[in-house]
Amino acid sequence: MKYRSVFEIIGPVMIGPSSSHTAGAARIGLVARQLFLSQPDHVTFRLYGSFAKTYQGHGTDVALLGGILGFDTSDQRLTNAFTEAEDADLTYEFIEENEVSRHPNTVKIEMKKADKEMSLVGISIGGGKVEITELNGFELGLSGNHPAILVVHHDRYGAIASVASVLAEKKINIGHMEVSRKEEGKEALMVIEVDQNVYESTLEEISKLEHITQVTKVHE
Amino acid sequence: MFKNAEELVQIAEKDGILLSEVMIRQEMSVHDRSREDIMQQMENNLDVMERAVNRGITESVRSVSGLTGGDGKKLHEYMMLNDTLSGDLTLDAVAKAMSTNEVNAAMGTICATPTAGAAGVVPGTLFAVKEKLNPTREQMVRYLFVSGAFGFVIANNASISGAAGGCQAEVGSATGMAAAAIVEMAGGTPRQSAQAMAIALKNMLGLVCDPVAGLVEVPCVKRNAFGASHALVAADLALAGIESRIPCDEVIDAMYRIGENMPTALKETGEGGLAATPTGKRLKEEIFGAGK
Repeated sequence: MKYRSVFEIIGPVMIGPSSSHTAGAARIGLVARQLFLSQPDHVTFRLYGSFAKTYQGHGTDVALLGGILGFDTSDQRLTNAFTEAEDADLTYEFIEENEVSRHPNTVKIEMKKADKEMSLVGISIGGGKVEITELNGFELGLSGNHPAILVVHHDRYGAIASVASVLAEKKINIGHMEVSRKEEGKEALMVIEVDQNVYESTLEEISKLEHITQVTKVHE
Repeated sequence: MFKNAEELVQIAEKDGILLSEVMIRQEMSVHDRSREDIMQQMENNLDVMERAVNRGITESVRSVSGLTGGDGKKLHEYMMLNDTLSGDLTLDAVAKAMSTNEVNAAMGTICATPTAGAAGVVPGTLFAVKEKLNPTREQMVRYLFVSGAFGFVIANNASISGAAGGCQAEVGSATGMAAAAIVEMAGGTPRQSAQAMAIALKNMLGLVCDPVAGLVEVPCVKRNAFGASHALVAADLALAGIESRIPCDEVIDAMYRIGENMPTALKETGEGGLAATPTGKRLKEEIFGAGK
């Protein structure tokens, strides 16, 4: 079951005009920003399917950009994202891809800041709900059925155990988990699907652990 | 969690509780939240809807493209001055539904129900039916939980996305959700709510998503208008004891399969239907310039 909460149906409170193409797009941008840790200097948005065909009419472009700037779905500043980006020295480009994607509302976001780069693929599945299907070329095996947390960490011994023990302490059960890294000893990613709701305080506690650089909750 | 409409109705019947109560209890248990917390969040959503409705019927809101705006207010004024043909309650729901979608198209603040493009039907009917049934604020919040319960079933068994299932998945879903909620507010049984949902959605099957210039405006605003009137009629049919020959869950399944078979040109790509008419294409050119 993809949807788990009544507030995914009655909600989100958002700036119009489209829950999938505006609110969902903003949320994908926001998750990208959170995973990148800071605001990038340059972003490339590659749009697929319905996103590529109708992004201007739906304000998908301002929403994606607004998300990157840290604005949530109901933030009035979303409508002025182009101006806000200019003020924040953020450059961007939108590319309409013709390739057929698995889901009609797909965007690939490529972020750059100095020598740091990150890319992710997000899909907007309806009513403002989104899924991240790929991060830095790693496919995320998220079912979307459970809340999930993404933990970016240094590839060191003990990092995984320390995160698992915080979750255990909070009586949060891990249903599915994947760990991937680009290079031994460098940046790595934990994707953890859990059975219980994870509170902000728990995420904060995990983010303070040694070797952990970023913690993000992907699904409500 | 209830997986389909039949399970939802059975829980309500077995425990002798309202459908809204089933949804509230599930939300409490799945997300480990207090009743107070959940009711408060839904009431906040209700406040957002009320502000959008009021803004649309009192201000002549205009979208950025200029394609839509001002019709909710125009209809509201017409009702005040004339003896209407389709009746004040129906037209009130229609005016309030259109108002919400006009605010949405103008990039104003709305609450998605279940989507932004279909955000007019649930609040439009709610704030119209309110004038007749005089519900408490809690009953109005419960209206949203009933709508949410049926939307939850549709989202998990079919789709609430125009890009995936066409307009039947958006305005169609919203219409079924609203019909079910009206029934509970009017004192109908949980089973009658499911009947209203089935009757309403059946008549929305096959509705395509063909927005002119890809904008959530034409025909979205008026499709919400008719979704609202449709929901009221479906609720009355169910309250009269009329039943759908095809059960609610099978209607939802049919909607899903129709969406799967619908051509991509008619699923929120702005390439077919009304978007592909001479006027639709001309409007697109006027808004975005030639070559797009």
